[in-house]
Amino acid sequence: MSVLVLLETTDNQIKKSSLEALAFAKHVAGNLGGKVSAVLAGNPSNLSEAALFGADLILQISDPRFSQADARAFAESLLQAAGETQSKTVVLAKSALTDSFAALLAAMWKAGAATNVVSLPDFSNGFVVKRSIFTGKAFEFVKLTAERKVISIKKNAAEAVPNAGAGEIKAFSPQVSAKAFALQTISTEKATGEVLLPDAEIVVSGGRGLKGPENWNLITDMAKVLGAATGCSKPVSDLHWRPHHEHVGQTGIKVSPNLYFAIGISGAIQHVAGISSSKVIVAINKDPEAPIFKVANYGIVGDAFSVVPQLTEALKNI
Amino acid sequence: MNILVCISSVPDTTSKISFTDQDTRLDSSGLTYIIGPYDDYALARAVELKEAAGSGNITVFHVGEADSEAVIRKALAIGADEAVRVDSKAKDGFFVANQIAAYAKDKNFDLILMGRESIDYNSGIVHGLVGEHLGIPAISPVMRLEINGREATMDKEIEGGKETLKAILPLVLGCQEPIAEWKIPSMRGIMSARTKSLQVIAPAETDSGLEFQKYELPAPRTSCKMIAESNVAELVSLLKTEAKVI
Ligand SMILES: Cc1cc2nc3c(=O)[nH]c(=O)nc-3n(C[C@H](O)[C@H](O)[C@H](O)COP(=O)(O)OP(=O)(O)OC[C@H]3O[C@@H](n4cnc5c(N)ncnc54)[C@H](O)[C@@H]3O)c2cc1C
Ligand SMILES: Nc1ncnc2c1ncn2[C@@H]1O[C@H](COP(=O)(O)O)[C@@H](O)[C@H]1O
Repeated sequence: MSVLVLLETTDNQIKKSSLEALAFAKHVAGNLGGKVSAVLAGNPSNLSEAALFGADLILQISDPRFSQADARAFAESLLQAAGETQSKTVVLAKSALTDSFAALLAAMWKAGAATNVVSLPDFSNGFVVKRSIFTGKAFEFVKLTAERKVISIKKNAAEAVPNAGAGEIKAFSPQVSAKAFALQTISTEKATGEVLLPDAEIVVSGGRGLKGPENWNLITDMAKVLGAATGCSKPVSDLHWRPHHEHVGQTGIKVSPNLYFAIGISGAIQHVAGISSSKVIVAINKDPEAPIFKVANYGIVGDAFSVVPQLTEALKNI
Repeated sequence: MNILVCISSVPDTTSKISFTDQDTRLDSSGLTYIIGPYDDYALARAVELKEAAGSGNITVFHVGEADSEAVIRKALAIGADEAVRVDSKAKDGFFVANQIAAYAKDKNFDLILMGRESIDYNSGIVHGLVGEHLGIPAISPVMRLEINGREATMDKEIEGGKETLKAILPLVLGCQEPIAEWKIPSMRGIMSARTKSLQVIAPAETDSGLEFQKYELPAPRTSCKMIAESNVAELVSLLKTEAKVI
């Protein structure tokens, strides 16, 4: 019996969120007895970390089609890997890819699925997980009663700490159906070299208080100093000041960084819904009554146009 | 074009969430219900596609109890032609997906449009499950959709960007902005919605493999420490030594 994890890569590195999924799987395997197996496409430069963070067996796919593959190809491969490793539980880290195949996998495998899981499961009364619901405004506890389980975890659901597994690497050539590569990708536009918002440890976000796209260097300069991702409020992306994939909130990206800067953002409940699982929130707003100060840990009442450049300077010296 | 639009009925996005009955039931007193915001984009795009084609039929589909009629009527007022409600509480994504698939399997819909996720249970799984149940591709989150004959061209959001894809109908799509702008019902729409057909059907049996236990609210944040505008250095030092996040 084993717990199966999908390892995703970005810029030829296993993602940190995937290492958290390994830590989660290790915890499950520790409680239920069994090993941790992982499926991985490609040959990331930090491959050795998979073993370091808990994988006993790594099934490595070298089929180049997987770099562009759609959800079904991954779902079918995981299904086959689950068969080979006799896994009953699959752990995925939430991402654009896994979001679109967690359900497919559950349906194909006749498994129960829980998405947006925020912490390690509780085994004192069955297999109970805690999920984020109402866009971060609440949680629910659900018991997974099906024999097979698909679990998709949010960032920080488990801490990736070294906890080495056997780390055997095996080549894996999944037999996927013709259907799996049926969707035709015409083009891909992807920002490169930027820190991706959903994975970021620090996010610097700007709102309508910044007045226009020409002032965004305030945000990007500070982000650069911190190695942070940049985000924005919904009106900012609606006005095309920033791309849609930067919009944070109830109808945008939900982030869980260690540190979130809300600059010139009023703190409307829909924006806050997307940032409430941040560890620390810093608000900079010229209005002392702005609702963002109700959810922030640290606040500065002041004009972003003078505060932010000073702050960026001060951050250069840390 | 025969389109099915699946809508959830959810507390308005400004709602403060609280629970009753020892944290086992949502306290819906004082809550206003709306069409799920993502589902509303799906509906808006369906109406645009029908208008552009000059023909077609839009069915809205909802799993929920009788009190969601107002939300369904709003979808009809926005431009759907008819509605179907499965008379049952929407227990979870598996349950909803089974209802949609059971209804749609012999109806030959060209498109089954949904939101990328509901904003109550946020499971983001209904489209994927429905696609698999019906044996057709499910794609999400779709931020642009053009139809040309039987071919759909879509932009799908990926991390840090987007991917353009083509696929042949029928398809199940999870939608998000900017696929269309939310539509506000016209007076004429509201009048005609009153007499459009709303069929109520019984739920199909299902087992989700999930058992709800209880709800929990997040711990309140501690109060905000204010720092003088002239003293950004203090903020930096607090972030470093107190919060330990930089
Ligand atoms: C269904 C629905 C879903 C929504 N989903 C989202 C979502 O996902 N994400 C989201 O962000 N919004 C969402 N919204 C919109 C949300 O309600 C707010 O309108 C939006 O968040 C406000 O953006 P803002 O704070 O940038 O702008 P504003 O509300 O205009 O606030 C600007 C702030 O900047 C401050 N300011 C102005 N000048 C300066 C200056 N020089 N220096 C410092 N501060 C300054 C002001 O005091 C003010 O607080 C949604 C709305 C609806 C109805
Ligand atoms: N009760 C419901 N009735 C009809 N459709 C629903 C219902 N709940 C969710 N959906 C649809 O499924 C999509 C994804 O929901 P979810 O998987 O719960 O995040 C939503 O955006 C809706 O389009």
